Amino acid sequence: MTTTTVNATAKPKGFPLPSSLKVVAGTERAQAAYPYYMQFTKEDDDRFWFYNSMHFPEPMCVFDMITAEAAYCALGSANTRVHSLPTTLGIDYRIINGRVYIGGNGVTDPAEIQKRTEEFQKRAFFYYGNWERLFAQWKDKMMGLIRQAEAFPRLDLPEFEPLQHVHAGRGIASNHYILETYQKTLEGYFRMWHHHFEFLLLGYGAYLTFFDFCKKAFPEISDQTVARMVAGLEAEIFRPDDELRRLAKCAIDLGIDKEFHEGRSPDEIINSLKQLGASGEAWLRELAVSRDPWFNINVGDGFYHYHRAWNDDLSMPFAALPGYIANAKKGERLERQTDKLMEERKKLIADYRELLETDEERAAYDQMIELAHRVFPYVEGHKFYCEHWYTNLFFNKIREFGSLLAKHGFFPDAEDVFQLSHYELESAIVDLMTSWSNGSLPRGPERWPAIVRERKAAIAEWSKHETPPALGPVPDIIDDPAIVMLWGITRENLDTWLKAGEMPNSNEIKGVAASNGIVEGVARVVKAAEEIDRLHHGDILVCQVTNPSWALVFQKISAAVSDIGGSMSHAAIVAREYGLPAVVGTGTATQKIRDGQRIRVDGGRGIVTLLD
Amino acid sequence: MPSSDIIGWFADISLSDRPTVGGKGGSLGELTRANIPVPPGFVVRTAAFERFLSALERDEPIRSKVEALAAHELERISALSEHLRARVESAPLPEDVNSEIRAAHAELSRRSNNPPVAVRSSATTEDAADASFAGLQDTYLWTIGAEETLKRVRSCWASLYSVPSIAYRRKHEMPESGVAMAVVVQGMVNARKAGVMFTRSPLTGDKSVVTIEGAWGLGSAVVSGEVTPDRFVIAKITGEISVREISNKHVQHLPAPEGGVREVETPEELRQVPCLSDEEIRALREIARKVERHYGRPQDIEWAIDQLGEIHLLQSRPETVWSSKERAPVAKPTENPLQHVMKIFGGRR
Repeated sequence: MTTTTVNATAKPKGFPLPSSLKVVAGTERAQAAYPYYMQFTKEDDDRFWFYNSMHFPEPMCVFDMITAEAAYCALGSANTRVHSLPTTLGIDYRIINGRVYIGGNGVTDPAEIQKRTEEFQKRAFFYYGNWERLFAQWKDKMMGLIRQAEAFPRLDLPEFEPLQHVHAGRGIASNHYILETYQKTLEGYFRMWHHHFEFLLLGYGAYLTFFDFCKKAFPEISDQTVARMVAGLEAEIFRPDDELRRLAKCAIDLGIDKEFHEGRSPDEIINSLKQLGASGEAWLRELAVSRDPWFNINVGDGFYHYHRAWNDDLSMPFAALPGYIANAKKGERLERQTDKLMEERKKLIADYRELLETDEERAAYDQMIELAHRVFPYVEGHKFYCEHWYTNLFFNKIREFGSLLAKHGFFPDAEDVFQLSHYELESAIVDLMTSWSNGSLPRGPERWPAIVRERKAAIAEWSKHETPPALGPVPDIIDDPAIVMLWGITRENLDTWLKAGEMPNSNEIKGVAASNGIVEGVARVVKAAEEIDRLHHGDILVCQVTNPSWALVFQKISAAVSDIGGSMSHAAIVAREYGLPAVVGTGTATQKIRDGQRIRVDGGRGIVTLLD
Repeated sequence: MPSSDIIGWFADISLSDRPTVGGKGGSLGELTRANIPVPPGFVVRTAAFERFLSALERDEPIRSKVEALAAHELERISALSEHLRARVESAPLPEDVNSEIRAAHAELSRRSNNPPVAVRSSATTEDAADASFAGLQDTYLWTIGAEETLKRVRSCWASLYSVPSIAYRRKHEMPESGVAMAVVVQGMVNARKAGVMFTRSPLTGDKSVVTIEGAWGLGSAVVSGEVTPDRFVIAKITGEISVREISNKHVQHLPAPEGGVREVETPEELRQVPCLSDEEIRALREIARKVERHYGRPQDIEWAIDQLGEIHLLQSRPETVWSSKERAPVAKPTENPLQHVMKIFGGRR
């Protein structure tokens, strides 16, 4: 590995400085809407930042930045204050032109590392040692939080307080509950993110410990093989897709499968099923079973308000049903054969174990894989509860505030609420409370519509502009376990990105070899979840990042390429499950590959070749 | 014809016969008996050489003349070498040696679809360094006919009296009475492609992969380094092919009509084409695993795929480079298994 030392005298090889990145002309006011603590400053030029396109591949509107805020707050406190990771604190974040850049806060002072190590072993080791119990407790806490959010009251500002409130002597008027519910909604979301990070880094760390061992013992082992030794199969995040397969089989068993074909909307299908009588009703009952809770999965990763849950928009799951039905009729087994897969996993572990040199190594291997297996259910399972189920509830509640404010003329459409920051939204709510209470007109309807228009235009503009994958001087070593684990960013990665910048004409794009095989085909560059339906059978999916609800498209495509992600990223896992070649973590595939271009994906080598 | 003290058919010999058939011959016997596809053949045992040498000694001493030399007397070594090699290559063979080799060759020609044979020296020494310094690595490919085969057997024997070979033995003061050589005569594979494979990575020593190198034509082009072979790495356990390095295979070795091997330019359209399909890579991996399991240790293997697509193994020997290296354990078990995570969380790795 070549390393570049960053120092002040020699001009280091690096990415553009944050200060050289300009706000797109005409969008300055929209940029200023983001809270001051997210704006780049001159001092930020001294640090390394990278574009978090894994979580935020599209420009973030000002309300949605609450996800970055809540998530980094929770990640940072878990690392810095709760578990005391020895070499890293939290993650700083900035936003410019709607693009979120993040940077790690490493600890380098040996005395500080020593102090933090002692704390870490008291804290993290307790978590590892009591993992199952704490994880069971975590699920209870998470379900409690979900039930609490589901029980938030509906928002209502009646002309007169209901008489029973008066008779009961409640003494508090409805406008107060609007504010209270808003504050509880925010509180719940910030709390959920603390739960999210309670185990996450420890889980990834234990996994990476085993991964690291395998890479040393078997220098040429593929990332995906290590992943297969660790991956569980029962994780909640696979369930929504499993449920669709179950519903497809159910439709065949009930003899109503011909009702499902492409081009038919969910409403049309549901209506005609109702008319079918018993068999249709039986299927709809099964659908209801699947929906609660498994359709609480959203079509994104929970980071954008417009990535709606399947429960809120059935078109995504229904679009996949014809394909699953066709596969089942061809005789493919729809259920994932978990027993067989578990058997394979066991054999893989045993076969590699046998190749180790000594019994001593075998004993260490046993210890590490045991720990990796212990932590992995959390690593795989938490997303369903956090990024999907709870996040859907959260955005839908905010949407209710949007409806209320739209009804009172604050902006034309309920969805416009997401163009206000969470501070601004609170001010609009107080404005509405006040006007409701004193009988005068709210001020918001004069203020917000123009601002909303301006900010929507800015988002549209920003999405047309590419942004550098990273900013600032390149660190000589990336030693932040959070950055390595969560974003798969290593020094080698950065060198590749830098080289890509130097050789704009190269027809090869390098990434992480995520799933084996070679395929040539037509690239479909999909930059947003709504574009998924542009994928045709046999296309190669080229995207910034995929997430669990995209699993559906893997039955159509012939290979997958992503900008961001490591061998344990979603695209990699699903591609392996479907046996499709995949190259992830390319950094620039969506910028370099033209929609419709012929490309070759070599998933074994991690190389994408542009063929025309 | 059955095996004898002069001839040993592959099916009748094993590694334990090394003193009389040499390492190469023993290994081919071993592979044949393990049902691994090896082209048929026989070994001209050391006894054949010894009888020949005894016959020569009756006319004029050989061993004592060699032993009388000192390692630094290069001119004298050179003169004696020339003299002895000429004798080995031209003196009449003892009748039983002559007739048994001819008979075995005839039988092999009947059994094998390919009359041409490969004639290779097969060293009896355990030490690979001894063998290579002693000039015991001769190989004559695509040898046609019994006459030519006998000539090549003599060439192998004669190589024992090359200048470097004699000098090496004198330097190490090795007694001439222990000098012996077996010669392998094996049906030639008309290879469409051929190469070598290692059941552990030659680059990293990784035992979880099989590294395969191959090019068009006979394997001699790869072994001699005259062509940069394609390189494939396949996981031993999962069968994942992780590396496919396709090189420009500009030349290939093909059989020469008059016998032997000629180097020709590879047709332009084949040069950059992978010489192996995924199925072939996987089939080679299966065979590699079988051979490795049979020997219980990592192997270097020479392989060839004939015009019909059949795989043949031409040779297998224990891997020596990585196997002789001491390696610190990657990790040791810790009293508290959680200590392992400090490698990730504890700082610079």
